[in-house]
Amino acid sequence: MPVTQPLTTHSVSTTEPFLILDNITKIYPTAAGPNVVIKDISLTVQEGEFICIIGHSGCGKSVLLNTISGFAIPEHGQVRMRGQRITQPGPDRMVVFQNYSLMPWLTTYENVYLALDSVHPQKAASEKEAIVLEHLAMVGLADAAEKKPPQLSGGMRQRVAIARAFCLRPQILVLDEPFGALDAITKEEMQEELSQIVMDHRCTVLMVTHDIDECLFLADRLVMMTNGPAAGIGEIMEIPFPRPRDRTQIMEDPLYYQLRNSALEFLYDRFAHDELAS
Amino acid sequence: MTISMRKSGFGNFLSLKKLQKDIAPPLIAIVIFLGLWQLLSWSGITLLPGPFSIWTDERTRELLLYPFYDKGGIDVGMALQTWASLKRVAISYTLAAIVGISVGILVGTTPVFSKALDPLFLFLRTVPPLAWVPISLAALNKNEPAALFVIFITAVWPILINTAVGVKEIPQDYNNVAKVIKISRKKYFFKILIPSALPYIFTGLRVAISLAWLAIIAAEIVMSGIVGIGFFIWEAYQNNYISEVILALVYIGAVGLVLDKFMAWLQTLIVKQ
Repeated sequence: MPVTQPLTTHSVSTTEPFLILDNITKIYPTAAGPNVVIKDISLTVQEGEFICIIGHSGCGKSVLLNTISGFAIPEHGQVRMRGQRITQPGPDRMVVFQNYSLMPWLTTYENVYLALDSVHPQKAASEKEAIVLEHLAMVGLADAAEKKPPQLSGGMRQRVAIARAFCLRPQILVLDEPFGALDAITKEEMQEELSQIVMDHRCTVLMVTHDIDECLFLADRLVMMTNGPAAGIGEIMEIPFPRPRDRTQIMEDPLYYQLRNSALEFLYDRFAHDELAS
Repeated sequence: MTISMRKSGFGNFLSLKKLQKDIAPPLIAIVIFLGLWQLLSWSGITLLPGPFSIWTDERTRELLLYPFYDKGGIDVGMALQTWASLKRVAISYTLAAIVGISVGILVGTTPVFSKALDPLFLFLRTVPPLAWVPISLAALNKNEPAALFVIFITAVWPILINTAVGVKEIPQDYNNVAKVIKISRKKYFFKILIPSALPYIFTGLRVAISLAWLAIIAAEIVMSGIVGIGFFIWEAYQNNYISEVILALVYIGAVGLVLDKFMAWLQTLIVKQ
């Protein structure tokens, strides 16, 4: 089934970097007055980069992601992808939500098909069917195509959400704490699968997480945020381990602990929080 | 062959035991209730005839034994009276479901309509069925359409309000997915809105079927000259045939129970997840 070609043809005409967060500030009105969640954040992301965002609870990590997915529009500054300002959500920036967000009345197959069919209604039904099955197989759920989400485990549901997002060949994959609810073993499995999928397809990824080891295994760069309100980017850490990464191998590298300690020191000493996020 | 027979025999034995466990307590309760009632009416404290009068009273026994007789006009058997009422409920309930679900979706999806109409709906919902009778008689002038309207107006509110709530309560998660994949209006309606609101809609439909059946009795009691179990009660009471009223109550209760159980069964069939 030759269906692995990209679904969207990219036109590289601008000289601007792939994704730019240009001095963005997001303010939410509250009863107690305006709440500045994130302030003056600037970040440049290259195509194919894997960026992890870490910070204490309530520091506006999700808000930062939402300005990229288009669910939140910054009051000041703008987010641009390939020179185009982001003003609304769209399938080119597909989101894998924290709580999977699968329709419980649709089967695994139908959940993925609904997204593909909405984004590419003009494709032939047989082609769409082949793409859905291919992506379910890619996340190891070929046998669960006819099952409904309530019959699946948390890890399996997250796989469906990833298959749904990935079958649209988004230019950016946006993940908001995708593995937060999973047990340790399933989490490691999912991290390896995600790493594999992203590497095979050279997709740009932005991912919020609480887990430093997850960042070190997955990310090219780690964005560490200062505490809110008016949170900003405190530090950006390069994670230079070559790919494909082997978990045991990178954990034996002395650099791993150097980076890990530096991140921990940022979170727990320089920007310590009252309620310690684990 | 023998194994499967023995298996089914064992299954029967089990279900018989379960039957005993589930059926026996309510049966005993009913026997005690009827016994107390009969004692009370024998004692002469009340003029209400006892439950056995359904059989001992000759007129009522005729009604009990011949539920399908038809002597023309409104002089027909109990089953036919009940059937006539059920047909009215079916017509009005169907109408109430169509109007209630459509308007409910409109109100649930359009905040302006919701703001404008919610207070009116909440007010009208509290009007009891009997209070609608003079209004619908005045408005429609004829017994039959007035009775249909009373059932409709009683049954429509729980369907409408539950549908509106169900649509408003569609989880933000589903709407976010819809936004990211830029789903078409038609697909959103059939693949997300309706399935998500369906449990609420069915709750409304189930409440409404009981209300509709209550309303038909109220409506018919006041509307003279129509075949129907409600008017039958009224006429029997006017002629002091109290045991006939008791028999009619048995019919009403049984139909009400069956309608409710039917909707509950339909609900589990359609809204299973």
